[in-house]
Amino acid sequence: MTVIFYIAAGVAVVSTVMVITRLNAVHALLYLVVSLLSVAVIFFTLGAPFVSALEVIIYAGAIMVLFIFVVMMLNLGEEAAAEESKLLTGGMWIGPGILALILVGEFIWILTADAGQAIPGTVIPPQAVGISLFSTYLLGVELAAMLLIAGIVGAYHLGHRKHKSTHRFLQEGGSE
Amino acid sequence: MISIPLESGLLLAGILFALGVVGLLVRRNVVFVLMSLEIMLNAAGLAFIVAGARWGQPDGQVMFIFILTMAAAEVAVGLALILQIYHRFKTLDSDAASKMRG
Amino acid sequence: MLELLWIVPALPFLGFLLLVLFGKHLSRTGVALIGVGSVGISGILTILIAISFITAPPAGHHFAQTLWVWIDVAGFTPAIAFYLDSLSMIFMLVITFVGFLIHLYSSEFMLDDDGYSRFFAYMNLFIGSMLTLVMGNNLLLLYLGWEGVGLCSYLLIGFWYQDPANGYAARKAFVVTRVGDASMAVGLFLLFKHFSTLNIQSILTQAPDLWAIGAPVATAAALLLLGGAVGKSAQLPLQTWLPDAMAGPTPVSALIHAATMVTAGVYLIARMHVVFALSPIAMLIVAIVGALTLLLSGFSAITQVDIKRVLAYSTISQIGYMFLGLGVGAWSAAIFHFMIHAFFKALLFLGAGVIILTHHHEHNMFKMRGIRKQLPVTFWTFLIASGALAAFPLVTAGFYSKDAIIWYAWSSEQGSPLLWVAGFVGAFITAIYTFRMVFITFFGEPRMEATHKPGIRLKIPLVVLGTLSVIAGFLNLPETMGHFTPFSDFLHFALPAVRTFHETLTQEFFFQIYTALASLVGIYLAYFFFIRKFEFIVQFTKTTFGAALQRYWFSGWAFDWFYDLLFVRPYIWIARINKEDVFDLIYDGIAAISRVFNRMFSFTESGRIRAYAMSIVIGAIIILTIAVVL
Repeated sequence: MTVIFYIAAGVAVVSTVMVITRLNAVHALLYLVVSLLSVAVIFFTLGAPFVSALEVIIYAGAIMVLFIFVVMMLNLGEEAAAEESKLLTGGMWIGPGILALILVGEFIWILTADAGQAIPGTVIPPQAVGISLFSTYLLGVELAAMLLIAGIVGAYHLGHRKHKSTHRFLQEGGSE
Repeated sequence: MISIPLESGLLLAGILFALGVVGLLVRRNVVFVLMSLEIMLNAAGLAFIVAGARWGQPDGQVMFIFILTMAAAEVAVGLALILQIYHRFKTLDSDAASKMRG
Repeated sequence: MLELLWIVPALPFLGFLLLVLFGKHLSRTGVALIGVGSVGISGILTILIAISFITAPPAGHHFAQTLWVWIDVAGFTPAIAFYLDSLSMIFMLVITFVGFLIHLYSSEFMLDDDGYSRFFAYMNLFIGSMLTLVMGNNLLLLYLGWEGVGLCSYLLIGFWYQDPANGYAARKAFVVTRVGDASMAVGLFLLFKHFSTLNIQSILTQAPDLWAIGAPVATAAALLLLGGAVGKSAQLPLQTWLPDAMAGPTPVSALIHAATMVTAGVYLIARMHVVFALSPIAMLIVAIVGALTLLLSGFSAITQVDIKRVLAYSTISQIGYMFLGLGVGAWSAAIFHFMIHAFFKALLFLGAGVIILTHHHEHNMFKMRGIRKQLPVTFWTFLIASGALAAFPLVTAGFYSKDAIIWYAWSSEQGSPLLWVAGFVGAFITAIYTFRMVFITFFGEPRMEATHKPGIRLKIPLVVLGTLSVIAGFLNLPETMGHFTPFSDFLHFALPAVRTFHETLTQEFFFQIYTALASLVGIYLAYFFFIRKFEFIVQFTKTTFGAALQRYWFSGWAFDWFYDLLFVRPYIWIARINKEDVFDLIYDGIAAISRVFNRMFSFTESGRIRAYAMSIVIGAIIILTIAVVL
């Protein structure tokens, strides 16, 4: 199991690197799906099968699909990829790269200060999660529901585009 | 059963988060920015799960569920905004939307 | 009757208060009643007090009345107290009586003006302050009145404030007299340091014991007080403000700048005569200042074209005579000349006012001409007053008063032949410019028509003052004409007699003949040059020398230009370079630093998301570093 953890970790890191370096949006999204799937595997090895399933179904299955829908709706063609390469020069990676390295370095420093703890890896079944969710964290559930409603209404309103009010026979040229 | 050191789990979360930050800072395309945001959220969630597994309690997983919910709502709204930006500026370059400069 | 002394200054102050508070709501008649009435009642009271004072004099010929203690600090206790003796009695009579006539005159003169109540408020305040000045028993109260009249002078010169030139003239008057006031204040400090009191009578009695004759301290105190007198009385070197002060309404010029305020300096020197007498140098300087001023302004008056400016320079010149008299120790003669001068100079100004009023506010004499037929009352009273000014022999009061001063300039122990020559030449020039003014204004062919005849309120003061200009001289006849001197005798209770060398009566008689001749010859010369042969003057002013001389004398011997070069320009230069000096650098620097930081910070607000994200990340790193390190 330990080996699976490290393999999955490696896959996740590599595919994440691929995500941020691709020019084509759809390619990047697909790599992101791979990254999410490997993280789901990691969840499973850590003894959290429930969230592992949730990761696959919701994150990779719904959110990423939504991404892909929108990207396809935008209909970015070849010229978009060419533009991307223009915008993405090599020198731009230096600054953020340094910052990220500093961040990770500090993280390692913090972690090595208190070394030696191990994850027991006991499986926590979905029943335990469900009980905890609906007893201790009930308020959070309600709030999450409200958040989702807000998200739906907001997304609808923001995505709405006003239709032109004249009949298409009276318009010059084609419709929108 | 298995004993994975806690540090490697958290380190993995940290590396993924850092990669998300790099993507956020480097890419100019707003879609990629949103993707980097998702990477960062996912890494945070991973950290929660690792911590919850360390203590053997479901709280970590509950937190991850909340994060997931929030990410979903955020993605929905964010993508709708991206559509509006594209229709208004005819480009997905985030630097084009810089009217609030001072 | 003497106990009512305090009412005399209180009534004008009350008039001032009433007019300030309610003046806007009163009708013209109401304002005139309060304004003229307050001074009128004060005048009547003064006359009654005078009668009581003369017929039944109190002990020591002085009367003191204390109202309350003003300041009480460390043994320094000046009080609001009035001191009545012969000197202040004379001044009170002149101030209230002439003041009343001028108020009556201005009730008709200022009838068309919008600021009617404001005018009378200021005039009442002035009368009150001037009375405080002459009646105060300590120098602090005197200084209060001094400043009060200076304030009213400023307010009244700039009465028509809508014209900025008037405001400038008012400021100039105030600033120039301020220089004198500062000198006087230092003089008061010096006196207080030595006498520990500012009570006038205490100083006058202690001074001879404390200071020897000719002591430097006495000279210093006297010269400092002289500085104040010179400023207020428009003598050399502070005479530049009076010609410009003619920008005010004519009654103001008559009251303040002819009869009363400008004589405050004369009062000061006469009141503090003990201090001055202790310093022969100071007395000499007073006499020299008087002599130089009377000559200088006399020459300037010959070239003026504005009728009021001629009268202004004439005032400066006549006060020069008073200073000359004071400087040679002829105290009573100087005060006598003050009283006579108040009568005829006020009359001259009031007459000029009638002319100006009926000729569309025209001031230029050369544009008027030939008014004699149009305004007969004005003409005859103006002629009488001019005769008094030119010291026309025997029938005018001016002859007696001016002749006394000129005689004492020769015969006094502190006089000198040079001073006599100055007085003599001055009399000659006075006659010339006075009758030049009369001939140009009243004779010849009329150029303008008078718009209306003056009313009764304008004529009464003219007639009364004209009568006084003739008969008041008989109050003090010289020795050669029977020694009838009730005026000097009255004043001798307060001022010492003049000490003269023992000159014979015939010598005095001949000197009187000389002065009379000077006056007559001057009048004839004025007639010759300005009526018969005006071409000579025109020819003379066309030559370069003549034109230059006329310009020089016209500008008052170029004092304004000189002061501008000496004081005004360096001051403005200093102010300009001080606009951005070291201290401004500090405050400007703070502003500049703020601006730099503003630019720096506004640069970070680029509107780009990536930049903001970068700053968030950097912030997170910094916080993490702090958490790790600590």
